[in-house]
Amino acid sequence: MQTQSKQKLLHAAFIIAAMLTTITAQAAEIVVDQHNKTFVVEGNKVEAITINAGDTLRFRNDDPFFHNIFSLSDLKTFDLGSFPKGQSKTVTFDKAGMAEVECAIHPEMYMEVTVK
Amino acid sequence: MKTHSTLTRMLHKVLLITCLGAAAAGVQAAEDYSSFLRPAEIPQPDNNRITTARTELGKMLFFDPRLSGSNWISCGTCHNPALGWSDGLPTAIGHGMGVLGRATPTILNTAYQPLQFWDGRARTLEKQALGPIKAAGEMNQDLDEVIKELSVLKGYRDAFEDAYPGEGITKKTLAKAIATYERTIVSTESPFDRWVKGETHAMSKTAQQGFEVFLGKGRCVLCHGGFNFTDNGFHNLGLKGDDDPGRYGIRKVKILKGAFKTPTLRDVELTAPYMHNGMYKTLEEVIDHYNRGGDTKDNLDPNMQPLHLNASEKAGLVAFMKALTGEPAPVTLPRLPVE
Ligand SMILES: [Cu+2]
Repeated sequence: MQTQSKQKLLHAAFIIAAMLTTITAQAAEIVVDQHNKTFVVEGNKVEAITINAGDTLRFRNDDPFFHNIFSLSDLKTFDLGSFPKGQSKTVTFDKAGMAEVECAIHPEMYMEVTVK
Repeated sequence: MKTHSTLTRMLHKVLLITCLGAAAAGVQAAEDYSSFLRPAEIPQPDNNRITTARTELGKMLFFDPRLSGSNWISCGTCHNPALGWSDGLPTAIGHGMGVLGRATPTILNTAYQPLQFWDGRARTLEKQALGPIKAAGEMNQDLDEVIKELSVLKGYRDAFEDAYPGEGITKKTLAKAIATYERTIVSTESPFDRWVKGETHAMSKTAQQGFEVFLGKGRCVLCHGGFNFTDNGFHNLGLKGDDDPGRYGIRKVKILKGAFKTPTLRDVELTAPYMHNGMYKTLEEVIDHYNRGGDTKDNLDPNMQPLHLNASEKAGLVAFMKALTGEPAPVTLPRLPVE
């Protein structure tokens, strides 16, 4: 029933995503998981990460409760809002500098993002 | 189009996993309870390790009313060990009998909490310790004044020298000593702990069923997890008529409007009334609040939702919380220096 329209939607999403990837070919997307109230990149807990200007961080919630990632840093101020397990939100860092990223709900979750 | 159909299938799988994940939210693997057991050591900073001399000095200071401007209120006035290290009041009473806006939190197991106060404004117990002494509405004391008052007493001079050799009586050593004493106030073994360790009858059947609800349908563990039964996080529980900004006063992030720190559930039976404003008299009232999914929906924590618990599930939760009450740990009061 709904499967077909879902498929179409996913196809469209894929095509758009592919187009975007082509446009910003040099910028990377790094997935940062929220797991057991820590930030995890490629399976390792991180408290600091270095990326290039233009790169995007995709925050993905892997815990059974909500997280709310934000930064009030001068470099980049953002509030991704709260999102549940399985969902993700992205933020792109376009200027060089350092940003402190935290979870509003769980302030123990803290990470420094250095943008080169 | 082979690539596309494979991809579609993959995306479907991802979607399916996501859905299953959401369905399983709130349900913890029933057999692994190790995360509820006490960590090996009390957390303590390298520059202020717990020693007997520091603990004893901290205890003297904690129970000494001369630390307040009126010489009448000690830390122990509100954090009364006979009342679960709280005061049994909806909100605290401070200097000049003034009624304060928030409930006195227990100091049980604060060593295990990374942030102090209801709004988490202090990162360490050392930073927390001086706050209520200085606060006009609480102990209303001038810190330089109290240092002078303590310095004329030989008993305190000796005790500070024993605890912090060569460092003198300063705001820093005052804070360090009180923080050390607070760190030693930890929960004792409860029926729940004995049950986790394998004593099958340590906790009643009702409490055991309550623990199941706690982990599953009741969604309690989403915030009240781990040894100290707290995520050390901040949540708006939708309390009716409460307009305290809470954590938002410290961090201007939308979700924190009206959010307060998750308190421990250890010894919770002893610390009525409940919530940051003390609006509920009993644990039953608290469970009813959660069962309704909160009252004020504006900026409600997203983990909150109506729970549809029946009477026996609610009774189980209360029995389980009461099974978190530790063995009594009598406190001996220090004799305070008079000269
Ligand atoms: Cu979080």
